Amino acid sequence: MNGLRRFGWVPVATWLLLCHAPAHSEPYVPADDRQVLERLRVNSLDPAMREIRALRSGLSRDPQNLDVAVQLAARYIEVGRSEGDPRFLGQAQAVLDPWWYQPAPPPRTLLLRAIIRQNAHEFDSALVDLDAVLQIHPTNAQAWLTKASILQVQGHYEEARRACRPLMRLAARHIALTCLSDIAGLTGQAVRSRELLTWAASQSGVPDRERLWALTALAELSARTGQAHAAETYFSDARRVGIKDQYLLGAYADFLLDQGRAPEVITLLQHETRADGLLLRLTLAEQALHLPASKNHTAELAARFAAGRERGTRVHVREEARFTLALLHDSQTALTLAQANWEIQKEPWDARLLLETALASGSRQAAKPIIAWLHTNHMEDTRLQQLVAQFPEEQS
Amino acid sequence: MRVILALAILLLSTPAWAHKPSDSLLSLTVQDDRIEGRWDIALRDLDDAIGLDADGDDAITWGEVRSAQDKIAAYALSRLIITSGEARCPAQAPRQLIDNHTDGAYAVLLFTMTCPSTIETLQADYRLLFDLDAQHKGLLRLIHRQETTTAIFSQESPTHQFTIGQTSMWRQARQYAHEGIWHIWMGYDHVLFLLALLLPAVLRRVAGRWEPAQDFSSAFWEVLAIVTAFTIAHSITLGVATVGLIALPSRLVESAIAASVVFAGISNLYPVLVQRRRLVAFFFGLIHGFGFASVLSDLGLPKGSLALSLVSFNLGVEVGQLAIVAIFLPFAYGLRKSWTYQRLVLAGGSLCIVALACAWLIERTLDLKLIPL
Repeated sequence: MNGLRRFGWVPVATWLLLCHAPAHSEPYVPADDRQVLERLRVNSLDPAMREIRALRSGLSRDPQNLDVAVQLAARYIEVGRSEGDPRFLGQAQAVLDPWWYQPAPPPRTLLLRAIIRQNAHEFDSALVDLDAVLQIHPTNAQAWLTKASILQVQGHYEEARRACRPLMRLAARHIALTCLSDIAGLTGQAVRSRELLTWAASQSGVPDRERLWALTALAELSARTGQAHAAETYFSDARRVGIKDQYLLGAYADFLLDQGRAPEVITLLQHETRADGLLLRLTLAEQALHLPASKNHTAELAARFAAGRERGTRVHVREEARFTLALLHDSQTALTLAQANWEIQKEPWDARLLLETALASGSRQAAKPIIAWLHTNHMEDTRLQQLVAQFPEEQS
Repeated sequence: MRVILALAILLLSTPAWAHKPSDSLLSLTVQDDRIEGRWDIALRDLDDAIGLDADGDDAITWGEVRSAQDKIAAYALSRLIITSGEARCPAQAPRQLIDNHTDGAYAVLLFTMTCPSTIETLQADYRLLFDLDAQHKGLLRLIHRQETTTAIFSQESPTHQFTIGQTSMWRQARQYAHEGIWHIWMGYDHVLFLLALLLPAVLRRVAGRWEPAQDFSSAFWEVLAIVTAFTIAHSITLGVATVGLIALPSRLVESAIAASVVFAGISNLYPVLVQRRRLVAFFFGLIHGFGFASVLSDLGLPKGSLALSLVSFNLGVEVGQLAIVAIFLPFAYGLRKSWTYQRLVLAGGSLCIVALACAWLIERTLDLKLIPL
């Protein structure tokens, strides 16, 4: 019962849990020694994990060794991002602990601290760290790129552009161009953005991860501007790059859902139930097809969001707003969440959620700042324009 | 090459996280000098810390967890230090189970901590996993008498202090005092008994007739004497019955209380029967005390603070009584010279009290229901 009471403060969640709790709600003693309780997701024979083990044993002999610590932390961050597992970010932070709380940590530590903070959605403190790095090393390309990426998520497009520009000198040309054209695609220059991204993606010798970046940006841009056929092509090109990428899967699932292709979402995501964001899309597809599995998955998601709230950190507000609107059908709560999320990040999906929740809850007032913001930035997005059109008095 | 490798880390914005970050769930139930603990720790985290996957096949089996139980308990409990006041509370006899949470299987440690004395302030110092995962959090639920306090342990705030006694003691005292006041007001038999005794207090007997009391102070002292005698008597039996020295059947007590009201009413109608009402107040007060005691035992008495709840309940009863006296006395004193008071209020009122109390007496002795009160 304890487990249930812990999540009980969302009545709907409680109801769902009581009716459909999939897991044991009481602790138990397994009957069989051979029963597998947990599968470790990261294969210990994986080269990245082997490298991590080697670095870890090196660091345990010499915990103050900055070189080893920085390498290990960077590996942890990389594995954490490809596995979608925030534990690795916490482990990266623990490795950097001897320097983390220093008044002026070494720049290499600061850069990693900024990336860890960015992943925890602590954007402002991440930017402070990046500026400190750039003060000392104005030629640090990674710091400029991370800064541009954060500013873009925050919707500070002009500043983001300024952070991309030094990359022209400091990094390969396709990196600077992808950085700039991704922003251009959000600020009224979709055509030009598409040309540049196509160029960047087609360059020979571009590392896989960077090609994936350009292709994903192209696919999302095409989807936003209503070119479904092109989007489909770029998404499948991006998937053919062959890198496991949680972001790409989510973006493609969103595209398929918008196209009314829910069965394909189920094929795409049926084994991806561990990632909250991907489970959310899978459940949306199940709901669209009236599959009974959507009930269990809704309960599971409710429990996960409740557990996240209990922890006191808010990394999943966007997903929670979408979940609350589309699966719990509680538009008022969803609006509050979408507004809280808008304070943190301002990507097209964040605007879309706010407009959808404002429409669903009949709070036209709540949509005003978003509509103004879309006008100011000349954002080209057919979905958003359709939503804005449903607020007739706001057209101008 | 270095730049490109580093760049590969971060090209897109934050990914869809596949897992919850690392949390452990710690629940501590405090009673007197003992703490019952339940601590759920993810098997993944324990594997990172002390290595559970003995055969290295990337799957953790119950056999592997079972054979590591001592190691798990030693690892975890050495990283949770609970102190009561200045003294550390050692943990004993951990038992382990498995539970499944939203993000996988957890080891469930059940343990008991015994502190040297009743816990008043509890300090928890939590150091699990912070050295391995700086974003790990410990989610605490501290339960004490059905009240739950929550707290989050993190690397930035690994210690929390809780006051177990004071806040809830104050709250408890208020609650029992409130029950005491309520009981005297809602228990009409106590009110009527008191009123029956007080009605003649603003008068005096002169040559077989009622005369008004000469001044306020003589009326006041008479009222005070009666109320004090009643209070002392019911406090004695309330205490004696509550600690369990004497136990009387409640039907007998309730019937005797009804009889006391009948007697008090009749003694107003036939004043020759009673010369000293304060003795009546004392004698029957002893019986009323047993009535209060049964109310108090219905409320449920916390063992750790029996005296506190007893005293607060009794104080509540006295406050309720004083309020009645404060309303009655000026009113009665003002009217004492009138015919209305002597005939209508004293005689008529006493008659009504006798009638009502007789009905109670019959109800209670025969276990019937006559009046809808």
